[in-house]
Amino acid sequence: MKMIFILHPLGALLLSPLLLGIVNRTKAFFAGRKGLPLLQAYYDLARLFQKSAVYSRTTSWVFRAGPMVGLAAAMTALLVLPIGGGAACLNFTGDLIFLIYLLGVMRFFTVVAALDTGSAFEGMGASREVQFSILAEPALLLSLLAMGEIGESAIDSGIPLPHLSLSGIYAGLSFSAWMHSGTVLLLAASALFIVLLTENARIPVDDPNTHLELTMIHEVMVLDHSGPDFAMILYSSAIKLWIFGALLAGILVPVRSGDFLLDGAATLGGIFLLPIGIGVIESSMARLRLLRVPQLLSGAGVLAILAIVLVLKG
Amino acid sequence: MSDSVPEIFTLSSGQAKHIRNATVLGMDAFQDAVIHAIEEGGRISALFAQPIHGRCLRLWAMISQDSLSRILPLCTDMDESSYPSLTPLCAQAHWFEREIHEQWGLVPKGHPWLKAIRFHAPYRQTHGRSVADKTPEIGVADFFQVEGEEIHEVAVGPVHAGIIEPGHFRFQCHGELVLHLEISLGYQYRGIERRLAGGPDKRTIHYMETLSGDASVGHAIAYCQTIEALSETRISARSQAVRGIALELERIANHVGDMGALAGDVGYLPTLSFCGRIRGDILNMTGLICGNRFGRGAIRPGGVGFDIDAEMSSVLLSRLDTAEKDLTVAINLLWKTSSVMARFEGTGAVSREMAELMGLVGPAARACGIDRDVRKDMPEGIFRFSQIPVSTWNTGDVLARAHVRWLEIQRSIAFVRIQLHNLPAGQLQIPPPPLPPDRLTVSLVEGWRGEICHVALTDSQGRFSSYKIIDPSFHNWFGLAYALRNQQISDFPLCNKSFNLSYCGHDL
Repeated sequence: MKMIFILHPLGALLLSPLLLGIVNRTKAFFAGRKGLPLLQAYYDLARLFQKSAVYSRTTSWVFRAGPMVGLAAAMTALLVLPIGGGAACLNFTGDLIFLIYLLGVMRFFTVVAALDTGSAFEGMGASREVQFSILAEPALLLSLLAMGEIGESAIDSGIPLPHLSLSGIYAGLSFSAWMHSGTVLLLAASALFIVLLTENARIPVDDPNTHLELTMIHEVMVLDHSGPDFAMILYSSAIKLWIFGALLAGILVPVRSGDFLLDGAATLGGIFLLPIGIGVIESSMARLRLLRVPQLLSGAGVLAILAIVLVLKG
Repeated sequence: MSDSVPEIFTLSSGQAKHIRNATVLGMDAFQDAVIHAIEEGGRISALFAQPIHGRCLRLWAMISQDSLSRILPLCTDMDESSYPSLTPLCAQAHWFEREIHEQWGLVPKGHPWLKAIRFHAPYRQTHGRSVADKTPEIGVADFFQVEGEEIHEVAVGPVHAGIIEPGHFRFQCHGELVLHLEISLGYQYRGIERRLAGGPDKRTIHYMETLSGDASVGHAIAYCQTIEALSETRISARSQAVRGIALELERIANHVGDMGALAGDVGYLPTLSFCGRIRGDILNMTGLICGNRFGRGAIRPGGVGFDIDAEMSSVLLSRLDTAEKDLTVAINLLWKTSSVMARFEGTGAVSREMAELMGLVGPAARACGIDRDVRKDMPEGIFRFSQIPVSTWNTGDVLARAHVRWLEIQRSIAFVRIQLHNLPAGQLQIPPPPLPPDRLTVSLVEGWRGEICHVALTDSQGRFSSYKIIDPSFHNWFGLAYALRNQQISDFPLCNKSFNLSYCGHDL
């Protein structure tokens, strides 16, 4: 029984770079271009892993540790991530906070590695990243908690999973949960989607394709990384996109037939549809002025709070 | 008319006059005349020093009086190594006086910010030191600094992340807010002006076409106009029309590229992708005419290098129609997308007063509501017969600069269409005779960035004793620095793109 749960983290490790390819192809479609090969991210990773890294003399071990810790944290996070209503490899009470902290560790090390270079650009990017994550983190936590409250009722009805664990929360979601508390789920999903765009450096918050250092948030922090280090950064950001994709797809397509493979496949389909949605957004709107990003994120926070209020009232 | 006092020595664009007609003023009278002319609504199109004999320099100011369609050349001779600066009284002189100081070691006393603009060795020895000793290290200078615990400095360039020209930008920031930006150029300095003295020769036209690669046609026309004015060559109506078509195609191509790039800078992909392709289509039209997509070889002294025959003209017309149709869709997408408008509106605004004060030119000036366009104010060639309405907007921000570009694209397309339908007959090229001695001419062309000004002075042999080139970027770089005040640093690339100035045109 346990063996089957390891399939998801392994699958995620294998398939996550494909998500980046899907985003690119969607954008290319809208631009009337042929676009990069779907597997381009894999080629890039293979190429970067074969290169050697260049290190500035002003950097210390922190700079080298950043990408490794980031990748390790992202991979660990996959372990607590449930798919298709089944339990994740690891599940324990409050593991959703564990997930948020893993993402926090990842961000912390990206930020300190950026600061370690002493570059004005990277400092600027780090400051933006931290400022925005202060607002994004509560939105994520609150929307997961709101969903947790809905899931709790399902746990009471017999599924033996710990309280406030991601596995428990997602096991409790189903289409019938949408029937009786659809508003809460919609609010939580919207908040989660905004957080997803922010955390994955997507338009309208950040522009992953820009070459303009002064406007970047995430990209500018990793400008000095090269070779395998940069490959680890690329890989961990692909995994991060997978994590958020799984969290969102879990809400939006909660097929709970009882057949693990079928339920898992539904979520998987959702995960692969998501990059198409991201591509559509990136092809149809401009980036927000940086000054407006906190307002968008506060909006996400408000949605999440509203979800909590509705759950507690109901 | 009170202004037509016969003693006033004036020029119209594309007219040459004997230098003896110019009255050499005393320093005080020169300063008064310049400042008076500026107060009257004139602006400095060129201000430069010409070596005459010994250590003596002649300071020339070419004041454009747009409303009178004429240029007022003023000059004064100087034996001393310093003179009272014009800049405190006339901000337009700021960059020019720094240039004069760097080239000739002439100190404008009282200049508020006297430092190098190109970091090259001086044109002449000063105080017995050899030229080699004085070659400064490029970009190494004191920058304006804001002090305070919370102020941080961001240095960008000269190496950039994109494939663009080198320039150094020094921001004084408080968080994301830019308090001050100083721009330091000179990385593209090639010493073209020095090479032109003693000309013209076979190389001259090629220097002109590579002054600023994306304005090849504009600079080539400005140069050819000076040769034709000096040698009193009248070019045929046909070659004037072909020049007009080449110039407007250059404008359309560059404006289209800029519209796409503006969309790209805010992350709006549809317009970016469309415009990138359409810009290529327009460049190919220029390529069809002369074999070079940037119009090299199209313009030659005495006329044009290539003709447009009936067959080519119908091909161009049909390509123009397709391009216009696609462009209208692509660019209207921008105006209809609120997320794009939110980024354009109010970003990098320059008031009309400041634009007048700094002497901005081209779309940057017209976006501030200034009705300033060489094609209207000092028309030359085809523009004397076929007028293009001046496109202006009044908000002075990125939106205005984008909007003016779009208006100009449409009006230039209409102009090119009319010309292609009505190409007059005439000889393609009339070889100009050798240049007469001791002449002065000023040639103005509305390039796609704005006013291109070439000033030529011939010596007693009819060679160039001085050839001065003012690219529109020379006027506008300071405008960009000003536009960034109290803006978000993350909006710099967008503002920069909305001005889209030339580094090599400035550095020469």
